[in-house]
Amino acid sequence: MKDSKSPHNWIAKHIAALPKSGIRDFFELVSSMDGVISLGIGEPDFVTPWHIREATIYALNTGYTSYTSNLGDLRLRKEVSKYAAANFGITYNPEDECIITVGVSEGLDLLLRAVLNPGDEVLYHEPCYVSYAPGIRMTHAVPIPVQTYEKYDFVLQVEHLEEKVTPRSKVLLLNYPNNPTGAGLTLEDKRKLAEFAIKHDLLVISDEIYEELNYIPRSHSIASLPGMHERCVVLNGFSKAYAMTGYRIAYALGNAAIIDAMMKIHQYSMLCASSIAQAAAIEALKHGASQREEMRQEYEQRRNLIVKRFNQMGLNCFMPRGAFYVFPRISASGMSSHEFATRLLHEKKVAVVPGTAFGSCGEGFVRCSYATSMQDIEIALQRIGEFIGHC
Amino acid sequence: MQKLQKDILNLLRRNARISNQEIADRLDSKVEKIDATIKKMEEQGLILGYTAIVAEEAEQDVVRAIIEVQIQPERDSGFDNLARKLAKFPEVVAAHLVSGRYDLRLEVLGKSLQEIASFVSDKLASQDGVKSTATYFLLKKYKEAGLELAKEETHERLKVTP
Repeated sequence: MKDSKSPHNWIAKHIAALPKSGIRDFFELVSSMDGVISLGIGEPDFVTPWHIREATIYALNTGYTSYTSNLGDLRLRKEVSKYAAANFGITYNPEDECIITVGVSEGLDLLLRAVLNPGDEVLYHEPCYVSYAPGIRMTHAVPIPVQTYEKYDFVLQVEHLEEKVTPRSKVLLLNYPNNPTGAGLTLEDKRKLAEFAIKHDLLVISDEIYEELNYIPRSHSIASLPGMHERCVVLNGFSKAYAMTGYRIAYALGNAAIIDAMMKIHQYSMLCASSIAQAAAIEALKHGASQREEMRQEYEQRRNLIVKRFNQMGLNCFMPRGAFYVFPRISASGMSSHEFATRLLHEKKVAVVPGTAFGSCGEGFVRCSYATSMQDIEIALQRIGEFIGHC
Repeated sequence: MQKLQKDILNLLRRNARISNQEIADRLDSKVEKIDATIKKMEEQGLILGYTAIVAEEAEQDVVRAIIEVQIQPERDSGFDNLARKLAKFPEVVAAHLVSGRYDLRLEVLGKSLQEIASFVSDKLASQDGVKSTATYFLLKKYKEAGLELAKEETHERLKVTP
């Protein structure tokens, strides 16, 4: 007879082996303290624009509360397809090349599960969003991080990719504009990465959740470049551009075979995204442009201010091209990222996230979100200045 | 108008007490340039003044009314002469020529209902060229200058998120 298992032993080995998000411990610590000003929040500080909330209420009032098709309400898919053509220069058929997901997080999970076999390798850049390596591991594939550097504006370099690519490489995963660095891709950057993907026959996953928060001249999605339409899946959503994080609503655009494979997983696990969130998303795409742009401008102005102040303090700060994060280098303080963040929290009650939460090459940096009120940003910057002065 | 002027006006319209240093930092400009641009706009009359948006509790001894006025346009000057004349009354805090059923929309301010009533009968309705008036007393303020008076309950976000 088998020995009975302890609760711990019930856990699947590959899940037990997953590290918890580096942000988790820090979150617990910050939550236990009062009076903290947090630059650690990865979501907009704006409330969802009223017209979108009103459309949500209307959806409830009119009883739009049943399942939608697995791929998502066709009206929303049509709006997404139209929007992507106009804004990202990519054409995907709303009927079979678009799926509505519960956040880009679900979209990425579906996609990784849909395309990866055990042992396949996924190339991606670090620093990066916290879910990439765990998401890849959960499919029994192999995460292959490729370091990005401040001197290259945290843009993934083809020569560094060439060092890591192998015959088992299957996917190139990109997130620009980037969380946590704020890096962005120029058209030339996109061309080089596209060429590399074609040369090595890689599927490109482009997580473009911050695409609407762009502070450099916009260029079309990497998926719009020659030879990329079929080998690219674009992930985007409503959380950042329309301040709709709690709605959990996003989409994936890609060729029909891949979208169909994603849909298989989605239908057995999620069935469909929330109908009322889908109604809200339709409203956002139809009438959200002006408030979206207002929020983008506000982020851009905060970025200008915060970067200038960090540089004045002597903490060298890369000028972000997008998203709402700055990633100042703090090594001049003589502290590690973790020590800096922990001491800053205890001594000055300002929360920033250690760069190492986004990959080991984030050592020497911290991530500060400027998706918080200018008032709080000013106070936080003043306290950080005092903290640096005392070190 | 230049882009910098527009950007400055947008910031001042949202918060007239914003410092010129913050304007400079937000717009990635120099504070001297912001000082000079604002001064120039004041001199040119592009910026006419700065005002505060106050809550109703702060002006309890004040009565406001909207008055719709129909007037007889004059040959050559149209509505302008009379409109400018009416706008001169200190009780009138805003005056617009509007499209629609009537011609002028005045916002007037007084210490009491009686004060506004006598302004309408003595000063306004009796003017040559004023054909009719309709007075609407403002009972409660919900929004002014883009600001809602009842602040939404703020929802606390998680302190640290990825």
